[in-house]
Amino acid sequence: MNRKNCVVLAASLACIFSSPIVWGAGTLDKIKSTGSATMGVRESSGALSYMISDGRYAGYHVEICKRVLTDIQNQLGLKVLEIKYTPVTSQNRIPLVQNGTVDIECGSTTNNTARQKDVAFAVTTYVEEIRIAVKANSGITSLNQLNGRKVATTTGTTSVQLLRKHEKSAGVNFDEVFGKDHADSFLLLESGRADAFVMDGSILAGNIANAKNPKDYKIVGEVIAVEPIAIMMRKDDPAFKQAVDESIKKMMADGSLGRLWDKWFLQPIPPKNALVGLALSESTKQAWANPNDKPAEAYQKK
Amino acid sequence: MALDWGVFCKDTISGEVAEHCLSSIFGGGSESDPTYLDWLMSAWGWTILVAALSLFLALVLGTLIGTLRTIPSGVKGGRWLVLLATIWVEVFRNIPVLVQVFVWYHVVPAVFPVMKAFPSYWLVSIALGLYTSARIAEQVRAGIQSLPSGQRAAGVALGLSTFQVYRFVILPMGLRIVIPPLTSECMNLVKNSSVAFAVSVPELTMFAMQAQEETSRGIEIYLVVTALYALSAFAVNRVMTWIERRTRVPGFIAPASSTSAAH
Repeated sequence: MNRKNCVVLAASLACIFSSPIVWGAGTLDKIKSTGSATMGVRESSGALSYMISDGRYAGYHVEICKRVLTDIQNQLGLKVLEIKYTPVTSQNRIPLVQNGTVDIECGSTTNNTARQKDVAFAVTTYVEEIRIAVKANSGITSLNQLNGRKVATTTGTTSVQLLRKHEKSAGVNFDEVFGKDHADSFLLLESGRADAFVMDGSILAGNIANAKNPKDYKIVGEVIAVEPIAIMMRKDDPAFKQAVDESIKKMMADGSLGRLWDKWFLQPIPPKNALVGLALSESTKQAWANPNDKPAEAYQKK
Repeated sequence: MALDWGVFCKDTISGEVAEHCLSSIFGGGSESDPTYLDWLMSAWGWTILVAALSLFLALVLGTLIGTLRTIPSGVKGGRWLVLLATIWVEVFRNIPVLVQVFVWYHVVPAVFPVMKAFPSYWLVSIALGLYTSARIAEQVRAGIQSLPSGQRAAGVALGLSTFQVYRFVILPMGLRIVIPPLTSECMNLVKNSSVAFAVSVPELTMFAMQAQEETSRGIEIYLVVTALYALSAFAVNRVMTWIERRTRVPGFIAPASSTSAAH
């Protein structure tokens, strides 16, 4: 390759990597002109967002988003609004929102300061509590009893960092073991390789519900941390964010969000009619009472 | 897309930029918390440790099993040894490596409780070592069988025992022949050690998965981890090439090349 070709190649690569598609107009104009909106969904994010069957998605956040889009449809005076579903992963969700592939991401994304530099979040609709699951007969009731014992958590989650911070601040030392996914971490607890499994409460509840003997396990102790989980959209589009926020705030005020919680977390859900059985937490109630889009860091200061 | 290499100087507890980038290694600020660079270095150490332990196991067992597969049927009990070695090779090379790692980590300690005390990096090294030993055994067998049958016959004619024939005639030549494929196998082992993340060994792959989640700087982290894997594998390649050159018998395998002519 000669030098000229090299320069051209480098320049085109730089273009591909540096310029997300910038919509001259906002998302609302885009939805109005195309008559469609693209919703980012997850394949398996618990009851928040998951695939029921090939190409069909459901969950607490998916249903909230559908209602938000219906409100936006009415606001824009559109006769029909086509919703396109695009499955996203933890690795690609932020780039896909930034470059305009996805208009509104309805999965299980934690709202934190680092991400707020790249994307915007709607008001918090779900507050995740990080809890401890142990064997029911272990006698463990608090995190501090785990000093020097084996604690399982999953690689690639914020819980790993959280445990590290807790060790430093409380002067304790856990013997951490890492599962490659949540099912693996639960197996560590089940097989006795770990004394406790520290993870998002909804994930612990889901794993216990699917265990051979759910009664052998329980979720104990203090809430180690809380993390706001929110619907994600493009940054610097105040009109769209306002429309989404207004719609969600309306659902918070008229109690329909509470009914959605009941539907997805306290009743059997498709496709297997399994029950998550996660009661509405105090932190989530507070987030509904005072709608806000504060990042996780603001919760930790409390 | 702007790359931010400063991410490696950040503290792993607070996420702030640390005073000393390599605090815990060079003792610049031994009181301070480790940075992502410190963590990266320790992860690289784990990768090398797992690769080295399993390489040792794989070379010893692979050579032994590969040799056993070539024992002539005339030797007393030779047929059983060949059968044993054949079973070994077929078992360990026909099961996916990740499955073997899980068997050693989850199943074996459940059957033999004494192994529960083994740290996970031993178990994963055993799994990788046995898996690779089956592959090395086949290469050693190929090397031995490529020797002209006259070599073995000459050894026997001199009155050497079977052990002596292998020790002084067959293995010194057979093992030289298989150095090039052994090089690939050793390099593979460095890369295969990445399965250790699945059983809680804090090596490079686990570092990459965890640190990219914490810092949202996945591209920088994966680039550096990729470079370290490539560097480690290439270092193995250089060492093996050096061994190959040092042990070369002029005129054997490659015709007397320009390097030997220069000496």
